[in-house]
Amino acid sequence: MMPEIVIHTENLTRRFGDFVAVNNISFDVKVGEIFGFLGANGAGKTTAMKILCGLLSPSSGVATVAGFDVYKENERIKENIGYMSQKFSLYENLTVRENITFFGGIYGIDRKSLKIKSEELIQRLGLGPEADKLVGSLPLGWKQKISFSVAILHNPKVVFLDEPTGGVDPITRRQFWDMIYEASAKGITVFVTTHYMDEAEYCDRVSIMVDGAIAAIGKPSELKQQFGVENMDGVFLQLARGAKRSE
Amino acid sequence: MNKLLFLLQKEFKQIFRNPTILRMIIIMPILQLILLPLAADYEVKNITVSIVDLDHSPYSNRLIHKIDASSYFKLVEYSPSYRKSLKTVGDGKTDLILTIPRGFEKTLIKENSAKLHLATDAVNGIRGGLGSAYLAQVVGDFNREIREEWLVLPRNSEIPQIEVTSANWYNPYSKYPLFMVPGILVVLVTMVGAFMTALNIVAEKEVGTIEQLNVTPLKKHEFILGKLIPFWVLGMVSITIGMVVAFVIFRILPVGSFLTIYAFSAVYLFGVLGIGLLISTFSDTQQQATLFAFFAMMVFILLGGLYTPIEGMPRWSQILTYFNPPSYLIKIVRAIYIKGSLFSDLKNDFYILIAFAIGFNGLAILNYRKRMA
Amino acid sequence: MKVFFAFVKKEFWHVIRDKRSLIILIGLPIVMMLLFGFALTSEVKNSNIAILDFSKDPATKTLVDRIDQSQYFTVNKYLNSEKEIEGVFRKGEVRLVLIFPQNFENDLSKDKKTQVRLVADASDPNTANITINYASAIIRDYQNEVNENKMLPYAIEMETRMLYNPQLKSSYNFVPGVMTLIMMLLGAMMTSVSIVKEKEMGTMEILLVSPMKPIMVLISKAVPYMVLCFLDIILILLMAVYILDMPIQGSLVLLLAESLLFIITTLSLGLLISVNVNSQQVAMFISLVALLMPSLIFSGFMFPIENMPLPLQVMSNLIPTKWYYSIMKAIMVKGLSFEFVLKQTLILAGMTVFFLSIAIKKFKINLEA
Repeated sequence: MMPEIVIHTENLTRRFGDFVAVNNISFDVKVGEIFGFLGANGAGKTTAMKILCGLLSPSSGVATVAGFDVYKENERIKENIGYMSQKFSLYENLTVRENITFFGGIYGIDRKSLKIKSEELIQRLGLGPEADKLVGSLPLGWKQKISFSVAILHNPKVVFLDEPTGGVDPITRRQFWDMIYEASAKGITVFVTTHYMDEAEYCDRVSIMVDGAIAAIGKPSELKQQFGVENMDGVFLQLARGAKRSE
Repeated sequence: MNKLLFLLQKEFKQIFRNPTILRMIIIMPILQLILLPLAADYEVKNITVSIVDLDHSPYSNRLIHKIDASSYFKLVEYSPSYRKSLKTVGDGKTDLILTIPRGFEKTLIKENSAKLHLATDAVNGIRGGLGSAYLAQVVGDFNREIREEWLVLPRNSEIPQIEVTSANWYNPYSKYPLFMVPGILVVLVTMVGAFMTALNIVAEKEVGTIEQLNVTPLKKHEFILGKLIPFWVLGMVSITIGMVVAFVIFRILPVGSFLTIYAFSAVYLFGVLGIGLLISTFSDTQQQATLFAFFAMMVFILLGGLYTPIEGMPRWSQILTYFNPPSYLIKIVRAIYIKGSLFSDLKNDFYILIAFAIGFNGLAILNYRKRMA
Repeated sequence: MKVFFAFVKKEFWHVIRDKRSLIILIGLPIVMMLLFGFALTSEVKNSNIAILDFSKDPATKTLVDRIDQSQYFTVNKYLNSEKEIEGVFRKGEVRLVLIFPQNFENDLSKDKKTQVRLVADASDPNTANITINYASAIIRDYQNEVNENKMLPYAIEMETRMLYNPQLKSSYNFVPGVMTLIMMLLGAMMTSVSIVKEKEMGTMEILLVSPMKPIMVLISKAVPYMVLCFLDIILILLMAVYILDMPIQGSLVLLLAESLLFIITTLSLGLLISVNVNSQQVAMFISLVALLMPSLIFSGFMFPIENMPLPLQVMSNLIPTKWYYSIMKAIMVKGLSFEFVLKQTLILAGMTVFFLSIAIKKFKINLEA
């Protein structure tokens, strides 16, 4: 049986004036996959991701997420995805519990199940004592874990993570990836951008963007073989050498 | 509907945790209502006069006493020469210099007419103009007295006379606070509505949380209502605080009904919130939003007839005031406070305010995008 | 010094790239000058007036026509009874009602005495008094005409000279007022908000570890606004001279020098706010309540200080804007020289030094903590 496809793009392009941020990209992501979306700063990762989340209109090409068209059905897409942005996305002047309640609420979870779910979540994260503290007072690593949990609270088909582990220590990153695996095991497709190459190894499949286009796509092991290198760092360096855009 | 409740819950929690917002809705009304009405007294009084009496005659003395006795004037100096007096005008100590030339009395009696010289500091045109007009009145009275002494005119003369009497309704003692307070209430509501809504939404943009909202299935109208309702409540709270302060400090209560004031303010506030929302769609940073809001407030209030009457304006700016929501509410709240106007008196204005509310919010909704094009 | 210029350049780009704000920062003085110059007057023109005429004879008709034709009034309503007055006032339709008694003409020609009653809606006391004065003057003129202006003996003539502002233009008052307001907005509010923004975003720390003196970091943020401020001042002066026909009587150099001093004053206030505050909204709120509002109230340009209650008059002396405003008026309108504004200048300079030294002291304490 062919695995079901949850994200599909064909020749997806986005221009800002003369600048082509995303250039003719085509790829599929299968249900339950952890899909790594790699690239240097400015390669077009975030732009592509924003199009898929319905935050930005594409200029041309085809894209569907969870079976819905990004042009016409972007509001339907939003019901089926979770999103964690690069900028920190919880309300700092609300408590952990209030944030969970709020985001759960606007995804349409009713108050009763929300109460149970948030209690469960707080226990699982081991945040019992902090549950009624303002999010702004917590360390970054914790905020990111809560952000992620909030993003998948409504059991979306896909969760988009935009550089979720920027600026935290390796141990917290490891814990964060455990949470990603857990979500994936529950059948949530994970679409993650990162520029940590060791994290790329954790993904089922990765694509590497260079100058707005996809330069390589495949399982980490296949890519390493193809480029004849030991690790993803090597793959990335070979591809990035030819890049014109960078910061 | 349920989602809206979650949004409202969140907004109210954030508002109560934000000391700036609370300060703004409490301190602003108190400060503005105390300072502005006390400061905004345009009556021209306490006009300072310097006298250069070169005649030193009984008549010149009588004239000086007469001026001194008038409530408009304060004699600040007797000066030996016009040039010396001029210097005090330069310092801003004197408004008027009255020079009584040598031989004033003699000329008046012998030649049937005499001259006085008046010099006025006209930097402030209104003060200068009215000041000299008042002095001319005093001199005119003095003139009549002199004439009557010499001519012994019969009281019931052959000259036809029209006696003019006047009555000042609603505010017989010309109290400025009564006039200013209702206007300032409107300024308050406008500031809370436009400034705070714009800042609040733009702050979410700046921090990045708005993106997180845009990626949820939350509908545009839910988001907008979720922002408007809390600030609508705050606006109503601030006008209430304002009315309490007006009573406590100035003992001013509306002659008309509170209910009418609330009805008009409620509709007006939605319009103003729409303006705030519109500003937020144009700005990416709080700094920009502040500037836009400040600019809008400045123009709104100046054209609103708060300080200067709208009838005095030239045609083009009167037309501008038709599109200026505060001009309506300032007029309305004053009418209810001072004259006790009824809802039926102001019905047309009510429809106009509704039109504003629909118009501004419509524009804002059109302009608000969950997805960037 | 090189690093400093690099910083200033960066800040300039920040300000210039934000086109929308720039339009407002330049548009605001223009719009204010136009509004104050052409739209706002406390003069009364074309005030709506209602007539309640119990005589309806040729004399009252002439008088009503005369009133309608004057630039001050427009007759827009005829009433039939005194009861209707309340209604037209409540609807705000007219400002003044003119009441003629029965037999107006008859009384005037036969009894040599008659009456006119004026009833004003005095909710706006100033306008009410002015309309009453104008209406009385028109009636008096009419009476004099009836009397054929007999030459009266023992006449005292008044020769009046309006000093400084012979045409009684209001621009002489508000131009310096607009200048002070713009300077407060740019120098204090914009500067403090832009500094506090860096704090809020956490980028301040990055700037502070740069090889520049911390206070210079703050000053480099203020420089673009200072320059904009100066441009706005020049813009205002050009508009005053060429559009409002208001010549600058005193020395332009002195005027600009005093303005520079005041820009530094506003800047020091902006710094003072930004070292004490951690959120943009608070910075804005304080600038609005503690700087802009008092400037508007106490400079004397919107409200006459001499009419205020004594405590407010005393308070006004603490507001730097008041001193700058009086300096500007002295130089621009009265053409006075430096010695006449020495006192105000010293006060202003003293305040500036005071604010600046507190700001710097507080800033150093913050850095050490």
